[in-house]
Formats: sequence, structure tokens, C-alpha cells
Amino acid sequence: MGKRLLLSISSTLLRARLRQSIVAAVGVAISIAMYIALSGFMNGLNGLLDGLILNRTPHIRIYNEIRASDQQPLERLIERSGGRDVSHPFINRIKPKGDQIAVRNAMAVINALRSDPRVDGIAPKVNAQVFFNAGTIEVNGAVNGIDPLEEDRLLNFSEYLLGCSVSDLAASANGVVLGKGLADKMRVGLGDAVQVSTITGDRFTLKVIGFYQSGMADFDNISCFVTLATAQNLLAKPRSWITDIQVRLKDLALAPAMAKEYARRFDVDALDIQTANAQFETGSSVRSLISYVVSIVLLLVAGFGIYNILNMMIYEKLDSIAILKATGFSGGDVRAIFINLSLIIGVCGGAVGLLLGALMAIGIDHIPFHFDALPTMTTYPVDHDPKYYLIAIAFALVTTYIAGWFPARKASRIDPVEIIRGK
Amino acid sequence: MSNGDPIIEARAITKSFRDPVVTPVLKGVDLKVMRGEFASVMGKSGCGKSTLLYILSTMDTDYEGELRLDGERITGAPHEHLSRLRNEKIGFVFQFHYLIPEFSVLRNVMLPGLKRGLLSEREVEERAMAHLTTMGVAHQARKLANQVSGGEKQRVAIARALINEPLILMCDEPTGNLDSRNSEIVFGIFSALAAKGQSLLVVTHDEDFAKRTHRVITMDDGRVVDQGQRRPA
Repeated sequence: MGKRLLLSISSTLLRARLRQSIVAAVGVAISIAMYIALSGFMNGLNGLLDGLILNRTPHIRIYNEIRASDQQPLERLIERSGGRDVSHPFINRIKPKGDQIAVRNAMAVINALRSDPRVDGIAPKVNAQVFFNAGTIEVNGAVNGIDPLEEDRLLNFSEYLLGCSVSDLAASANGVVLGKGLADKMRVGLGDAVQVSTITGDRFTLKVIGFYQSGMADFDNISCFVTLATAQNLLAKPRSWITDIQVRLKDLALAPAMAKEYARRFDVDALDIQTANAQFETGSSVRSLISYVVSIVLLLVAGFGIYNILNMMIYEKLDSIAILKATGFSGGDVRAIFINLSLIIGVCGGAVGLLLGALMAIGIDHIPFHFDALPTMTTYPVDHDPKYYLIAIAFALVTTYIAGWFPARKASRIDPVEIIRGK
Repeated sequence: MSNGDPIIEARAITKSFRDPVVTPVLKGVDLKVMRGEFASVMGKSGCGKSTLLYILSTMDTDYEGELRLDGERITGAPHEHLSRLRNEKIGFVFQFHYLIPEFSVLRNVMLPGLKRGLLSEREVEERAMAHLTTMGVAHQARKLANQVSGGEKQRVAIARALINEPLILMCDEPTGNLDSRNSEIVFGIFSALAAKGQSLLVVTHDEDFAKRTHRVITMDDGRVVDQGQRRPA
């Protein structure tokens, strides 16, 4: 009975000041809506920009760095003879050998990775240098032999693909997806054949089945994608010849530690994403910070609006408060009445704000937007995470509660005698 | 002073206003109102009679001395407890009607009853309607409180004060703001209540009104100068 009575008193007072209450609620609604729309939009963009890096960088990349042998035979000899130079050096520099660029025992490494519970997926890759024969000149090109389906699952390959699907590439024996810049340079279109020479001098003919556009000109101007098997054929290498193993983890944060572990365990080089993109985290967190600051300011302004209106209402209602107190309502009851008032405004404004925010987010989601780096995207990216709606409504309630609390406390402390006397 | 126990008893009540200089308002007031008594407090403006009433009503707690309501010492009781006492045991009528303008007449009468929470909303409503009928304002029950006339407002306020069957009805100049016809109606209501055994304490400076009560307590300059003689009803 008690709570319902106080609530009914609150709502009666509210209805008597309907216009002011609506203005206050609209303030809350606008700030909630702006928070949702802004957060969704900013985080959508953030996710897009982060994705440009994260999606293209495997969490751990396992490869063999081309380098000279760490320990040259001469040093070994000197070491063995206790530091005295007693040798007649014939071999003093062992140069890197060609087949070193492949990951040793790649199939075994892949199997070991597949059984690691921390690993979400792996995509093997063969990198090779080739030349494209365009008329009389030869254009430098980098062939990426990939497993298209895995590459898409791990690194969102299809987002950059134009003119064909990943399964088209997976199914074609001699198809090639050319970088957009490279294709423009050679003036080839879909279905055209391109001549490829490997560094060993072998020649192949590949059929253009699609284009690739990452937005990074340096990359788009030289890259092309074929299947793993095609790349291995180009290089005349066996099926087990893999130059890169790209690993996606279930938990990104484990990457640095696991990269070290793999490097030791498989005697390979392993590069984790954090090391590969050290600065990117900073930009991302600064962008989130800005969106939070903007939203909090909006909600604070709404909070002050409520505070103002309640304060005004309390001055108008001094008589009513005095009567309530004289007839047995305690200070706590009066406080509850005014906090209820504030919360009703908060809940109504918040609910309208959620709806408005969702509409705005959907609206932004439909504004056309073209981005070179993501050719498959046509509208602005918006993050529709329910998290933002929860934060927004929680913050609205907390703000309105606090905005109501101070005036309510003042109301609860009003001395009825002073009011009644004052007449 | 016979007729059972005192409903309300004040012993040596002293109070001063401190703003801006210390001004004594009440200088040791002793007062008792017995069960079923219709007493009035008379005095010139500024003699402290209203101040005394606010202290007796438990709303003003800033005083020295001792106050007992229905045998219970309430001086120094926590505010929550005093609120409950006011709700359950004391009814109020002020000089200015003091209805809440946003509520209907009926709702105004019901509020203290709903606050008490002893009866269901329907029972409170029935009782409120009964009181409004007694006061002769039942036909105005559904109107907003500020849509009825001054005399009617005061009668509604009396109905509200009675809703929880208080031990004592306290009135601060209940007819001070009314014309003679409405004053007469209000006095008639009070007499009828007193006849049914309701205790009343009325502060007034209207001598005619005071003379017709059972006992006239006279105050002057912060003191009770005459406790009055109980006159048979």
C-alpha cells in the first residue's frame, strides 16, 4: 500500500505539471538517443578501422625468416679450441638457402596447432614472387597461395573480394584474384588470361576470376591470390611446402606468450599481432574515450534539466509538502515521492530514448558510404550491440536518481510549521 | 479536571525564536486536554497560541519541557515516529484550507487514511465519503480541490482530519478565513463532533467562537493566564 500510494501521489503531481515533465523527459530521451546513436556509430567505425588491421593480421604468424646461419662454422671451431685461432678458414660465411623460406615440417606443425585448444583456426599460406607479363614489360607481383575458405573464416577475405566468391576461388584450378591496382595496370578484366613467370623461369597462364581491393595501394598494386595448390604448382613444390601459417586464437590477449611458445617448440619465427601493430591499440582506445565523454556530457545536461525542474516543482509544492507532513507523511515519504517523480521522468524519457536511439542507429546504418578499403561495404557501419542500450538506460536511471535525490532531500527537510506559519 | 486521562498534556513548555535575537515566545506553559473535551485557546496575536499548537501537534520539536500524547511521552521521539503519531492520533485543520490542489476533494480526504494503510482503498473511500456527507460536501467529492469554495474547502479539511479517527482534532483559527455563515457551519460541525465525544483543541482569537466551547484557555505573552473552567456541554 505504502509504496503504491507514494507512487500515485508522484504521478498525480507529475500530471499536474505535464508540460514541464515532458520537457524534462524529452531531455533525457534525446541524450539517451544520442548516446546510443553516437556510441553505435563511433564503435561501428572503430570496429571497421580496427578490423582493417585485426582482420588482415593473423593473431600469430608462423614463418621462417631468411637469414644467415646464427653460428658460422668458423666460430664453432674457435669455440672448440678454447678461443685460440688455430684454424685455416675455408668456409667463413654460410649464406641462406632457398628452401629455408618454407616452414620446416609444416604438416606436423599444422596438426599440432589444430589440436591446441587455445587455437580457433589456422590458415596455411604460400608466398611467392612472380612476374606478370604485360605486353613487352614484366610487372612485379606477389602471389599469395591461400586456402580461400579458411582465409575467409579467419581473416574476412571475402570482404575485400570483388567479382567472385571465395568458393569460386577455392574451386578453380588456375584462377587468380588480382589486386585491383595490378589489374588496372595490366588492363585485364574478368575472364582474361594473364601470363605469369616464376623466378625460376617457368611460365604459367592463369585466368582472372575476381579482384581484390584492400584500399592499400602498395598492396593492391602487386598482390594476387591463388589457391594453395596453384601456388605450390607454380613453384614446383610439394603439397607440404608452406611458407606461412596464420593462427587465429580464441583469446587475442594470449598471442604474445603463445608466439614465443610456438617459436621455441617448432623452431620457427612467430610474430604476434600485438608486436606487429603496436600503435593501433592507442588510437582505438582514444576513439572510445571521446565517444564516452560526449555521451556522458549529454546525459549530465539532461540530469541538470531534471534537477532544475524538480527544484522548481518543489518550490511550487511547498504547501502540498507541508500538508503531507502535517497529516503524517514522514520526511522519507516526501523524499520518496520526489525521487519517484524523477525516476518516472527518467524511465519514460529513457524508454523513448532507447526507441529513438535504435531508430537513429538504424537510420545511420542506411546512409550510403563507400570506403576503398572495404569494397563490399555500402553504408556506414553501426555497432548494434545491446550493451549500449543497457549502459544508456542504466546511466539514465542513475542520473535521474541523483538529479532527483538532491531536490528530494531538500523537500524532505522542509519544516511544515514554517510553511503553515508563513501564510 | 475530572473526566478520565488527559489526551494531551504539556508540562512547562518553553520556546524561543533565535532569529535574529533570542525572543522568548512560550514561557513555561502547562496545559491538559481531557478525553472528550472541546477546548479553545484564546489570546491576542503574538501571544504564542499558534506556536503552542504546533508544539502540541508534534510538528515543532524545537522546545523545552515535556509533551505527552495519550499517556506516552513524545518529547524527543524520532521524526518517523512523530509522523506516525500525527497520522494516527491527531487531526488538523488550518486557517487556510490546505488541500492539495492537484487531487480531487475525495482523494484529499483519503490520503491520510491511505497513508495509515489500515484499511483497503475501498474502505477508506467509503469512510471518506461518509465524512464528506456529514460535512455536507459529498456532491463535490469528484471535483479538484481548488474548484470548490472556501467554506467547502474548510469542511473538506475537517473531513480529512477525521479520516483516521484521531484522538484529538487540533484547529488553528479554523474560521479565521471564513465569512460568518461558513464560520457558523464549521462551529456546528465542531459542536456535533464534541457531542459525539471527539476531543477538540481550537486556537482562535474569535471571542464568540471561544465562548461557546467547553473550556476557554487564555494565553498572554507566552503564558497561560487562565486554564478556564470546564463548562458542561
